[in-house]
Amino acid sequence: MDGDVLLQAIASGLLIGMVYALISVGLTLIFGLMEIVNFAHGEFLMLAMYAAFFGRSLVGLDPMLSLPATVGLLFLLGVLTYRGIISRILHAPMLAQIFATFGLGLFLRGLAQFFWSPDFRSVEAPFLAGLSGGGVEVGSVSLGVPQSAAALLAGLAFLALYLFIDRSRTGLALQAVAEDRATATLMGINSDRMFALGWGLGAACVGLAGAVLATFYYIYPSVGVVFALIAYITVALGGFGSVPGALVAGLLVGLVEVVSPTLFGFSPAYKYAVVFGFYLAVVLVRPQGLFGRF
Amino acid sequence: MTGFARSRPGGWLPVAATLSALVVFPLVVDDGSWLNTAVLVLLYAGLAQAWNILGGFAGQISLGNAAFFGIGAYTSTVLLDRWNVSPWLGMPIGAVIAAGFAVAVFFPFFRLGGHYFAIATIALAEILLILFTNWAFVRGARGMTIPFVRGPDRRPTDSWAFLQFNESRVPYYYVVLGLAVLAVAIAIAVERSKLGYYLRAIKNDQQAARSLGVPVLRYKLIAVAISAAVSAVFGTFYAQYLLFIDPETTMRLELSVLIALVAILGGVGTVVGPLLGALVLIPLSEVTRSQLAGSGNTLDLVLYGGLIMLIAVFQPNGLVAVGDRVRRRRRAVRPAGDGAERGDAPLVGAPGAGD
Repeated sequence: MDGDVLLQAIASGLLIGMVYALISVGLTLIFGLMEIVNFAHGEFLMLAMYAAFFGRSLVGLDPMLSLPATVGLLFLLGVLTYRGIISRILHAPMLAQIFATFGLGLFLRGLAQFFWSPDFRSVEAPFLAGLSGGGVEVGSVSLGVPQSAAALLAGLAFLALYLFIDRSRTGLALQAVAEDRATATLMGINSDRMFALGWGLGAACVGLAGAVLATFYYIYPSVGVVFALIAYITVALGGFGSVPGALVAGLLVGLVEVVSPTLFGFSPAYKYAVVFGFYLAVVLVRPQGLFGRF
Repeated sequence: MTGFARSRPGGWLPVAATLSALVVFPLVVDDGSWLNTAVLVLLYAGLAQAWNILGGFAGQISLGNAAFFGIGAYTSTVLLDRWNVSPWLGMPIGAVIAAGFAVAVFFPFFRLGGHYFAIATIALAEILLILFTNWAFVRGARGMTIPFVRGPDRRPTDSWAFLQFNESRVPYYYVVLGLAVLAVAIAIAVERSKLGYYLRAIKNDQQAARSLGVPVLRYKLIAVAISAAVSAVFGTFYAQYLLFIDPETTMRLELSVLIALVAILGGVGTVVGPLLGALVLIPLSEVTRSQLAGSGNTLDLVLYGGLIMLIAVFQPNGLVAVGDRVRRRRRAVRPAGDGAERGDAPLVGAPGAGD
């Protein structure tokens, strides 16, 4: 086993792990707030990637320049989803909640395929891919610029989220609603607005992930499916509702996915099987996930 | 919940009428695509019924039931392909393997609560999908083709012994009808047995059930074993019906979700729910697909997803709840004209209020 190869795999795993963490944190934010899993999360990611794509092909904006618009659009989509669908099923059985969001996902995927065809697309000459030839050498390890930028942005997003949730008044209100909706309402917090904000933030996070992912990944209507699957595993692994859990679990999932084939020498075709198996092994020891509260 | 409303004595007439209608259906409707839709309705009705035993009665939401379906399909197909074993024998063997697999794997899973359990079942089915996709013994992603049974003139022919019908597809319909009736019979038997009461107790409050002496884990395992075995039986049927299986069509997540969806749209925890769900959802998906997807677009997905969303939002307790509400209203109206029965009216309406 070559040490350099292993080092390279660790670095790549951590980079993609940051993206997984960013996708997952949106899911876990929403869950922590209202115990609803958004099964349309992958389609939110897909829409963000298309937003980045069309920003380039229609308006000529690089995904990095259209990024604020993409994040804003996704925030809006999250709020609309809450207002239009979720607010009506807050007290419905868990199954109805699962299928309302699952139906939304199918609906969005169908629309995307109807309007934009099932073709695989990619953003033309993204700025990041051209920067310093698209790669940087750190010692013996070479890192893709888009991947590194994605990881960096994900890190910044986590920092911003932490500051917002733990330091701002609105963030504290969010936490209060997550803790105890009724008491928070008595304290004068409008829980309905907090829920809408939670959905907006959750979707905005996945919007950011989609915008950066679009610079180095193919864009097609069902692109969200595999990422969403990983996000569910990541969220459950970290503990539903835990933001630090999503970060740690995202990095772990990325590491397991990339390092395990290198380390144990099996075909990368099995990488997701190993990730899912790793998840099962962890939750069977810790049923509430790594950072779960219950 | 509402399942017992149907066990009243007068309930046999609609059952008999439905069954006779189902038996004569292929004689009246001589159309390949409708027959295919009917086969799929019965197939999904059976699969949803199997899901319902664990997900509906016991409240353990599995989004990985396609794994059991796939095990059934692959067991009989491998036995047939390698050792020329009849699918009729492969079917119970597949059921036993699926049940054994389910018990072994779900034994630790049942420690997990709510969403953790659901995600674990997704992970399980995905692992199985990936393993089968890369497993040379079952021809990996290329899938397995079941060879035609050929008559003396070398032409594909019908064979009850090998569960294969090439001249007319109608026998497939009767086979799946028989299997669906079997699945319903099993569900009714479970619902009315001690097991059914225990499962409902577990669903309502696991801690309370345990403190009253219900061996929670054992009954959950029995439920998943039954659920897996029934699903596997339909897997064998599906393999014989299509004469081709691959990991993607038999084990993918969408299939698991669809199975659960049929039961949920119909009404969880009732015997009628999964049947109703299949009757509404499957023709809808088939018709929208054949009408709208022909040109390669996906308006069918849009419609289908939109409808699922609408039902979840406006009818969160499933279609069965619509019938119950109508019936309740009718009963509530009737005593108003009949003074002697007036006292019953609020009682009739009350039980539904809690579900």
